[in-house]
Amino acid sequence: MGQTEFAPWNDPEAKPLIQFKNVTKRFGDFVAIDNQSFDIYAQEFFALLGPSGCGKTTLMRMLGGFETPTEGTILLNGQDIAPIPPNKRAVNMMFQSYALFPHLNIWENIAFGLKRDRMPKDQIDARVAEMLKLTRLEKFAKRKPHQCSGGQRQRVALARSLAKAPKLLLLDEPLGALDAKLRQDTQFELMDIQEKTGTTFVIVTHDQEEAMTVASRVAVMDHGRIIQADTPADIYEMPKSVYVADFIGDVTIISGTATASGDGYDITFAEGQPTLHAKSDQPFDKGQACHLAIRPEKVSITAEKPADATNALQGKILDIAYLGNLSTYHVELPNGQIVKSQTANTRRLSRRSFTWEDDVWLSWTDTAGVLLKE
Amino acid sequence: MRRLTWFNTTALTLGFAFLYLPMLILIIYSFNESKLVTVWAGFSTKWYGELLQNEAFLSAAWVTLKVAVISSTFATVLGTMGALVLVRGGRFMGRTLFSGMIYAPLVMPEVITGLSLLLLFIGIGLDRGVFTIVLAHTTFSMCYVSVVVSSRLVSFDRSLEEAALDLGCSPMQAFRLVTLPIIAPAVISGWLLAFTLSLDDLVIASFTAGPSATTLPMKIWSSVRLGVSPEINALSTIMIGIVAIGVISASLVTKRASLRQQAEERAAVQA
Amino acid sequence: MRRAALIFVPYFWLLALFLVPFLIVLKISLSDTALAIPPYTPTLDLGNGWQGIKDFWAELDLENFEFLTSDDLYWKAYLSSLKIAVISTILTLLVGYPIAYGMANAPDHWRPTLMMLVILPFWTSFLIRVYSWMGILSSEGYLNQLLMGLGLISAPLTILNTNSAVYIGIVYTYLPFMILPIYSALERLDASLLEAAEDLGCSRFTAFWLVTVPLSKNGIIAGCFLVFIPALGEFVIPSLLGGSQTLMIGKVLWEEFFNNRDWPVASAVAVILLLILIIPIILFQRNEQKQREMDG
Repeated sequence: MGQTEFAPWNDPEAKPLIQFKNVTKRFGDFVAIDNQSFDIYAQEFFALLGPSGCGKTTLMRMLGGFETPTEGTILLNGQDIAPIPPNKRAVNMMFQSYALFPHLNIWENIAFGLKRDRMPKDQIDARVAEMLKLTRLEKFAKRKPHQCSGGQRQRVALARSLAKAPKLLLLDEPLGALDAKLRQDTQFELMDIQEKTGTTFVIVTHDQEEAMTVASRVAVMDHGRIIQADTPADIYEMPKSVYVADFIGDVTIISGTATASGDGYDITFAEGQPTLHAKSDQPFDKGQACHLAIRPEKVSITAEKPADATNALQGKILDIAYLGNLSTYHVELPNGQIVKSQTANTRRLSRRSFTWEDDVWLSWTDTAGVLLKE
Repeated sequence: MRRLTWFNTTALTLGFAFLYLPMLILIIYSFNESKLVTVWAGFSTKWYGELLQNEAFLSAAWVTLKVAVISSTFATVLGTMGALVLVRGGRFMGRTLFSGMIYAPLVMPEVITGLSLLLLFIGIGLDRGVFTIVLAHTTFSMCYVSVVVSSRLVSFDRSLEEAALDLGCSPMQAFRLVTLPIIAPAVISGWLLAFTLSLDDLVIASFTAGPSATTLPMKIWSSVRLGVSPEINALSTIMIGIVAIGVISASLVTKRASLRQQAEERAAVQA
Repeated sequence: MRRAALIFVPYFWLLALFLVPFLIVLKISLSDTALAIPPYTPTLDLGNGWQGIKDFWAELDLENFEFLTSDDLYWKAYLSSLKIAVISTILTLLVGYPIAYGMANAPDHWRPTLMMLVILPFWTSFLIRVYSWMGILSSEGYLNQLLMGLGLISAPLTILNTNSAVYIGIVYTYLPFMILPIYSALERLDASLLEAAEDLGCSRFTAFWLVTVPLSKNGIIAGCFLVFIPALGEFVIPSLLGGSQTLMIGKVLWEEFFNNRDWPVASAVAVILLLILIIPIILFQRNEQKQREMDG
């Protein structure tokens, strides 16, 4: 982070670049977007994350002008964009298939949009050269798309959509076609380019790791609704629902009932099991159903009962997932509940302390988990 | 494992012999000295010379060529529009009727197509001649063009057009600058198909040509009804030769292009 | 707006030059023959207004269709067309299947060439391909010369101007239509299926019969329709290779129209031919649809 944190969504004075106001989109009987209102601010890197069919692509295509909302309005800089056709919008899109024109070479692909604006030739030359430099494609200007590798094509698509210096760039699964290694490198490159050009990016992805890496804010979507839109850290640490907690990263959900006690709540979740204790920002009524979501890395695993842990449960190791740097233990409590615990493998495998069927103790603090209503 | 067993080799040899021997015999006997076509009397090219002297054949060939060029060009424009309507048109009134009318001429016996068009031309009092043949040929070959072009359009990535719109093209510009260049090979093969269909057509032309216009197939027809003639053999040889050269060179060009493309794609992956 | 224009132009063209002409055929088939130009009555006379249209309707009748049933010639021609089309379709299948099979099993680098060799005849004149058999099949033709030269026969066979010549002509000209769909079905066949069948105890032949043939069924069906449908209305082949006793409906229609100048009867012949064709066309469409669904 820089000296001043970039968080215009917390600033009531900030004017959003894009405003969705009660936008609904229906295809026949199918509701793709269900009465959604939210804002996107200038220079944001905004990620729409969700499983396929959740409506994220529809949201993006409405911004691009390829779909119109059934109800509600979308404002760009305070102006309704519904009547503006895609070719007149200061919005450009990078397509999932890249949609590079196969009959034009890289230079012509990048210059395509500039030529439509009847920009003078020397300015086109300069702008294309700038874009080629930005995306490190100088050597490939004369190649046709089919002569390029997947990573190069991805960069051409990016250069082409950035060439017109749009106010807003839409990226539809921009890294979906790349292999895992290249994808990681490209994520950082994307962030770099976003920062250099100062363009507002809206990215659609189903890959949660990608969304968490690149975005300033992530909107988790399901069934045409945005469930939660927050910074990656808030989404991960402070999910507002079981759905979000479960969708992002690995989590254990323990369902029970809450009772106020001290500065937090006691959670009763199974007969014969000790009550758990957790702090919460949200108020719970006495006996109200609740779900405690705990990330595996916040649960410690020990052979002996830890002396002063707020929460401690005993169980048996059911499974061990060895991930190289980390190991995840699946521990079964006597009532059948499975709790996951993750530890860093700082020692060699042969000297690992626990194995299958071992009886172990799990413990965590009262702020490790999040107490959720739904 | 794919391999040539004796059975496959025999099937292919006999099969292709059956397909090509009749034409080969025709070509050989077109160089026969004798007027009696079935008796070999020595090598000669005199029938080619006579053919070139034959005014009736030459003028029929000219009419045929004119009709084929004009009708295949119209058919390509109309057929491409038809394909766009079929693939992109969405729902509109009478869509089923439209696709029916595109596919029906492909299976309609030529005698019926010819008869019905003739009755139309007479009904509206249109003088029959080159113009009516062009109308008739345009109508049935546009359907072939539609089928060829629509099969290409189905696999066309719509996001290419959306990208063009996104980059500032009007829908018309997007079609001209992006869609058309990409589907051009299908449009060209549609034109070639329409052109050959028109060159080849006897039945529909016979119905729709008035006394004022005679096409080459009509001319060939009236002379072969009387039996085999060495002049027709020579003419057939020329026509077969032109087609063979055209098809073989076209397939060599596409083969070389696809080999080069493969090589470049391989190079790109390694780069 | 632009979309409407795009739809309108080809739509209008096909309506005017495909549908309307066919409706005219239908109309004339219901009219009476007359010694006039055009040689039928009634003609639609819009000058007389409503009365004209009423007269027009009143005079339409099924007389021509009754005539078709009363004269042996026509139903014999339909039956004989069906017979010739069926027999030549079966013959084409028998000739085409081994070729398609051989192509599908040829080494990869041969296949584009073989494919081109099958397609090449498509681009050559139909008329010339039919004509090329006239010299081969005539009584002093090359085939008889060859057979007599080999001493297999002593007197020339009469093949030209018989139904046999028509079968040969149809098989020859429509063979590519049969080979291509069967080839594309066989080409997609996974070779490991045959290995699996042999592994499970099939002989090579039973494996072919129980695996290859059923899996190429759609190709066979498509190929048969592609030969049968045009063969039924064929005109050029029976006229050039067939004899005076070869009855095919396309030929009858042509003669009725050009020689007898009986337009109403020619139109009725055309209408019935289309009605007969509708059944195989619908079956063909359904087969194609089914295959698309299986692929998709």
